[in-house]
Amino acid sequence: MNIDWNAFTPWCALAGGFLIGIAAAMLLLLNGRIAGISGVLGGILKPAKGDTAWRLAFAGGLVLTPMVAGHFGAWPDIRIDTGFGALVAAGFLVGIGTRYGSGCTSGHGVCGLSRLSPRSLAATLSFMSAGFATVFVVRHVFGI
Amino acid sequence: MAVSTSVLAGIIFGVGLLVSGMSNPAKVLGFLDVAGHWDPSLVLVMSGAVAVNFVAFAVARKRTVSFLGLDMKLRSSRHIDRRLVLGSVLFGVGWGIAGLCPGPALVVLGTAQPKAVVFFAAMLGGMGAFEWLEQRKAIRAENAARSVQTG
Repeated sequence: MNIDWNAFTPWCALAGGFLIGIAAAMLLLLNGRIAGISGVLGGILKPAKGDTAWRLAFAGGLVLTPMVAGHFGAWPDIRIDTGFGALVAAGFLVGIGTRYGSGCTSGHGVCGLSRLSPRSLAATLSFMSAGFATVFVVRHVFGI
Repeated sequence: MAVSTSVLAGIIFGVGLLVSGMSNPAKVLGFLDVAGHWDPSLVLVMSGAVAVNFVAFAVARKRTVSFLGLDMKLRSSRHIDRRLVLGSVLFGVGWGIAGLCPGPALVVLGTAQPKAVVFFAAMLGGMGAFEWLEQRKAIRAENAARSVQTG
């Protein structure tokens, strides 16, 4: 293993992680809901009465973030190198996979692991391994 | 009130993704590339978030209503099945191709980059496909039950 010390940003990573944690804790303790983003979006696609407004608000808050950051003069550094065709395939897989798997990086990875759920640990290990394997194949087998 | 705390939580979550660098697909792929020049940042992002939530869940578990007086929707299945693992694997493959998962997908959507819009639309398509397949399965199960009753 060869750590890229120039890319590694430990303090920003920890600070950002705390903020993500605070946001999920707010939703949990104030709204009584789990901040699993795929679940939040899934609930908008299949709306239940009285359970949609908070979902739209939470998702809307996330979409507003770059504008809020831009307002403070910090336009985010976002680089998407993947081509359009691959993005369509990737988006579809992320959408259908997170719904079948009942969660994503936030729901299983953050909230599930925090409540020591064995189910979330199994899901997190599954998507992490698949992610490692996919990048290995894309970068080191096909050399893209 | 519940809506305003949700917006605020969404914005704080998004700022956390921006600050941590996890809204940048190139950085996420740097984490997933363990055989190349590995960027371990995501490990610390998750550790920070889990540390805060570990405490939050300990508090939440003892409550029947939230601090705003709303019901706590925390129950979840503990069952590990094929559906959970295969779904998560499909998600991981998509994550590995693009470096985007649902949270960052929403944040980058806010930059209105064409690639972000395409990924988001495809992701909604995948979620829609799931709903459609589930609905079909339910109808088929219902029909099977009815034919057993009449037959």
